[in-house]
Amino acid sequence: MTVTAKARPVRLPGGMSLRIERRALAVGALLVLAAFVMAVLLIGTGDFDIAPWDVVQTLLGNGTPADDFIVNDLRLPRVLVALLVGAALGMAGAVFQSVTRNPLGSPDLLGFSYGSAVGALVVIILLKGSATEVAAGALLGGLLAGAAVYLLAYKRGIHGYRLVLVGIGASAMLLAAIQYLITKAQLVEASRAMVWLTGSLAGRDWAQVWPLLATCAVLFPLVLGQSRALRMIEMGDDAAYAVGVRVERTRLLLMLAAILLTTAASAAAGPISFVALAAPQLARRLTGSPGANLLSAALMGSVVLLLSDWASQRAFGADQLPVGVVTGLVGGVYLLWLLVTERKAGRI
Amino acid sequence: MNLRSAQVQRLTAENVTLGYDQRVIAENLSVEIPDNSFTVIVGPNACGKSTLLRALSRMLKPSQGRVLLDGQAIGSLPAKKVAKTLGLLPQSSIAPDGITVADLVSRGRYPHQGLLRQWSHEDERIVTESMASTGVAELADRAVDELSGGQRQRVWIAMALAQQTPLLLLDEPTTYLDIQHQIDVLDLCAELHETQGRTLVAVLHDLNHAARYATHLIAMRGGKVIAEGPPQEVVTAELVEKVFGLRCQVIDDPETGTPLVIPAARRSRAQAAAEV
Repeated sequence: MTVTAKARPVRLPGGMSLRIERRALAVGALLVLAAFVMAVLLIGTGDFDIAPWDVVQTLLGNGTPADDFIVNDLRLPRVLVALLVGAALGMAGAVFQSVTRNPLGSPDLLGFSYGSAVGALVVIILLKGSATEVAAGALLGGLLAGAAVYLLAYKRGIHGYRLVLVGIGASAMLLAAIQYLITKAQLVEASRAMVWLTGSLAGRDWAQVWPLLATCAVLFPLVLGQSRALRMIEMGDDAAYAVGVRVERTRLLLMLAAILLTTAASAAAGPISFVALAAPQLARRLTGSPGANLLSAALMGSVVLLLSDWASQRAFGADQLPVGVVTGLVGGVYLLWLLVTERKAGRI
Repeated sequence: MNLRSAQVQRLTAENVTLGYDQRVIAENLSVEIPDNSFTVIVGPNACGKSTLLRALSRMLKPSQGRVLLDGQAIGSLPAKKVAKTLGLLPQSSIAPDGITVADLVSRGRYPHQGLLRQWSHEDERIVTESMASTGVAELADRAVDELSGGQRQRVWIAMALAQQTPLLLLDEPTTYLDIQHQIDVLDLCAELHETQGRTLVAVLHDLNHAARYATHLIAMRGGKVIAEGPPQEVVTAELVEKVFGLRCQVIDDPETGTPLVIPAARRSRAQAAAEV
């Protein structure tokens, strides 16, 4: 078994076999554990601190009525939104980085997040809509921006570098639109817009959880089902065609799914920056296996966002920071480091 | 000088028109790849040889005519089914960062695998065999980025072999390699053709390499096939001048007896030009 020292085949009756990399499996298990621990800590954190053990008991339905209200009605939805938004952003980022063959190819930098922001701001400032309408606006804006970037970058197929360049151009224009909208806004709407733009998990309830959960339940299996084809595409379009991948179709499907995941995340929590950029790279360094590690990236996204949310509540005491500020701070440092190492490696 | 017979070959192009966007590169081109041959396509730059290979490997859809694989239009067949019959070594592929040789070669098994059949004993055996027959078995756990150009090309060929296709197309497999690695790769191709009975189609720049290794030669110019057949019949001074516009002598290769093209010296070419 020297051939596949890293990937251990699991053979099932009926000629079925799965290929599982041991280290990726171990990392995945660790990340699930970390996400669970962070979730419990986060549920216990707030104006009324609850001990971790009581949190677990309450989640299992054995808590006091007061704990039950705080845990299941107030804090669990927020933590679930964080889990799902983090996973959606992590997976979407992994897809985009793989498709563009570029660690900078994340939805933050490709303009989709700004598209969501323009959509949300149009609803907040021009239409003065409700929270649900804002979410719908974010969804629509993200999808339109995604479609526009895809079509502008399309020329006999999609090529990574062109997609990144078109995305950066689109980001600049959308940013201008955001600034224009804010200058047009009244004070109340402007501050509401700024809160949305920062990305926050505060006050999220079950109404945000269900649509996000449904989106993830459909798109996660779909994206994971294409992960082997995605690995082939990483070797170049010709090599992928040669082994029988319908490259353009697979890529379109995956990009569409990734845009939907990003915009669903934005609709639920605002444009939380840098999770999609950093999570796939962190996951890759942990698993040590080449290419897109979609599942590890999703789990890493959840852990990063939960950690950031916990930090935003703990580190800054009473005046809690929106979680987007924390991910922005951490992610900015990460982006600088990435630019420096990529520059040293001669890739940019 | 024509191998065409009543027997239908597995891979053929019928009256294809090929081009990119509006630019037509070849019109009404028909080619048959003789089964069990080592076919080499030669011709000057921009003669359409790589374009033809792309069409044969379904990377490029003809605007007219069709490419047939086992009698069926190649574009209408399921992608994975084609990938089990026809392999391709593209001109440039990207080895993902940090991937090991064994991991890369095992990716050639993709068309034979499915979501619930990801790694069978057969996959394991064929990957091991492919690495052994290309001489990269001892590199199995090395990262592909660390290897030399010649070793890397062997690894890519091993991946194409793991696909287990009776037909294998190679797009300029010797480009960017040193001379010893060029010969190394061509020897490997000849061995695959002879010992494993695969049909090989390669685009090569070097006419002397083509003449030495090919069993069937297709010479192209301006999007048309000028001549085809065994190198002994095709490679003549007259034809080389017609196809490449080069005055030359053709002698017997002292090693193999195949035709060897010796370009005319500068002075004699200048004289010839003056006489005209």
